[in-house]
Amino acid sequence: MDAKDILGLHKTSFPSSIEKKSRPPKESQRKPDGISREVYALTGGMPPLMPSIDASQLKKKHNEKVTWQWLPFTNSARKDDLHLYHWVRIVNGVLPTGDYSFAKYNKSVDIIKYTDEEYEKYLTDPMWTKEETNELFDLCERFDLRFVVIADRFSSSRTVEELKDRYYSVLRAIVLARAASSGDVATHPVIKEPYNVSQEIERKRALSMVLSQTRQHEKRDEEVLIEAKRIAELRMASKVAEQSQLVVATNADAEVTERAVPGESLSPSNVQHPPMAVPSPITDNASTLASLRMLRVYLRTYALEQMVQVSNSTAGVRTIKRVEQTLQDLGVNLKPRVPTKAVCAEHLELRREILTWLNLQKQVQYKEAEGSSYRDGTYGETPDTPKDRTFIPDSLNFGVSGERVGKKDQKRKGHGAQPTAAHKRPRKQKASDL
Amino acid sequence: MPNTSSSKKHCQDQPQLSGPIPKSHMAKSEENKKNSGKKLKDVEISVPIVYGNIAFWLGKKASEYQSHKWTIYVRGASNEDLGVIIKRVVFQLHSSFNNPMRVVDAPPFELSEAGWGEFEIAITLYFHSDVCDKPLNLYHHLKLYPEDENSSMSTKKPVVVELYDEIVFPDPSEAFLARVLNHPAVHLPRLPAGLTLPPPIPVEDASKRRKGDTKDNPLSQWFLNFSEADELLQLAAARQQVQAHISKLKRQISLIEGQHKQLKSSSDQ
Repeated sequence: MDAKDILGLHKTSFPSSIEKKSRPPKESQRKPDGISREVYALTGGMPPLMPSIDASQLKKKHNEKVTWQWLPFTNSARKDDLHLYHWVRIVNGVLPTGDYSFAKYNKSVDIIKYTDEEYEKYLTDPMWTKEETNELFDLCERFDLRFVVIADRFSSSRTVEELKDRYYSVLRAIVLARAASSGDVATHPVIKEPYNVSQEIERKRALSMVLSQTRQHEKRDEEVLIEAKRIAELRMASKVAEQSQLVVATNADAEVTERAVPGESLSPSNVQHPPMAVPSPITDNASTLASLRMLRVYLRTYALEQMVQVSNSTAGVRTIKRVEQTLQDLGVNLKPRVPTKAVCAEHLELRREILTWLNLQKQVQYKEAEGSSYRDGTYGETPDTPKDRTFIPDSLNFGVSGERVGKKDQKRKGHGAQPTAAHKRPRKQKASDL
Repeated sequence: MPNTSSSKKHCQDQPQLSGPIPKSHMAKSEENKKNSGKKLKDVEISVPIVYGNIAFWLGKKASEYQSHKWTIYVRGASNEDLGVIIKRVVFQLHSSFNNPMRVVDAPPFELSEAGWGEFEIAITLYFHSDVCDKPLNLYHHLKLYPEDENSSMSTKKPVVVELYDEIVFPDPSEAFLARVLNHPAVHLPRLPAGLTLPPPIPVEDASKRRKGDTKDNPLSQWFLNFSEADELLQLAAARQQVQAHISKLKRQISLIEGQHKQLKSSSDQ
């Protein structure tokens, strides 16, 4: 009859434990006392974490005489005079005293009530009629300041923030007016921290932005934050220095941090386009160097790592992998075996040159794709030529735009045949075509 | 030219290289004569070191908990005495060792032990007070077993893992510079002309010091050689290749742009 029997599964799921303590619970699992096995199985087949009834109480001697009576009762939480009936436990002929036991849970918010004179004197507002204000307060009373419900029920369409603003302004005005002196109520929450509509609207908008952010934006924001954190750390290292050195370092870092911080605050509101202007590589190099000097002692390999990170910071993950693959193909160690100053410098330069090379490769691809669009006559239909595609001689900056353009193009597969057509056509014939 | 700086000094007994002058972002022009305070700007002292371990299998004498005898060490890359810079070295071993924090107060900075397991050892270098008041950390993963699982372990041939690195002091004090001016363990760039240094103050009693270099170290036969020449050649060759690709692509791009201009002018009315 047991489901597990039918399935042929082993009954006890507990492995036999080493301690003796587990024995009694194991026993009760097989043979529950007091209730039938099927009923026990309804509770999940296992003893509950907390006993609902104190088992010892059941064994105690009951000296009192307990009877049950069907009696009427009233609920002080009700406004009407409803009489209902329920079973009452009578002990030795004595009725229990006190109010209905659930009446105490009837909590509500105390909404202020203003008089007409008070309204005329303190609460008039060009945006709100008296009727609307009265209706608002009535709803607040009914729904215990649940503004979402109130907004829903409100006759004219008002946003939650508007309603809140009106309610809190009225409350504030009344509290101030009724107070004997302004000092008395200075600690009242409405006085101390008044409701700020614009801030609230902004906050909720930002929240919804964060909530609806795609994973890609999350990743990008993370990268920005990591970059900013690294810059801040480098800044920390430089703060330990002497005066003259401090000036150099913080100037460089401040520039970089300034660019990073607006990037961070922009990104929640600017979901469409990657916001932050990439700090120029030269500045980043300088700040890394400055921070290395602040360390007073460091390992050459550490310095190389930092510089490699800097040059990688402007490139995407895929590009970095391609750089590393290229290094391997060229027979160069990813981490130099003999990292002397000269070797490290050469290694870095090589990495930069590879980046330039990869960017040029991409550029060639785009140029060719553009070329095919000219020929197809679809030139007018090209998806927005990305504005940041100006050919900047600085290869690292181009790496950014090249990288990002690549990503955008990949998304817009539907727009015209342009990118896909470029891939289908054999490229080698290009020069001979003309 | 002042900019060639330390690249020449780093040759380590190799003939001077005439590779491309590194666009060095480190040691800038030494024309800066501003010697404010006791520190010298733009003079970078670097100390090439090699650190790692040598492990011998004990063969018949191996027990369950002591199958290998290993030595971890930090030495000068050309086996010079590092005691001129390093005051002491602390090796932090696995917690299963007695007194896992082992301090070595004098060169040669090495530590020998017997064990069976491979683990990461934290090596902390403490420098003399005029060198640097901040210690430097290195990490080395102790290797006992040969890379190739099939190769049989021999008691005669040890497993050797060595890593090359350089300790860089970007702004050394004058006192430090004076003391190490001609020491073979230390690499200095060309110093600014007319630089006068205070007379060197030795940090310890010379008579007390035992021989600190590792040239005649019993393990020196297993030390590896680190020459930057091979790597520099490799890098130079790679750079040449990449530069060639870049020129080719640049030509290609200007060609395409020319074609585009033609197309565009023909398509515009």
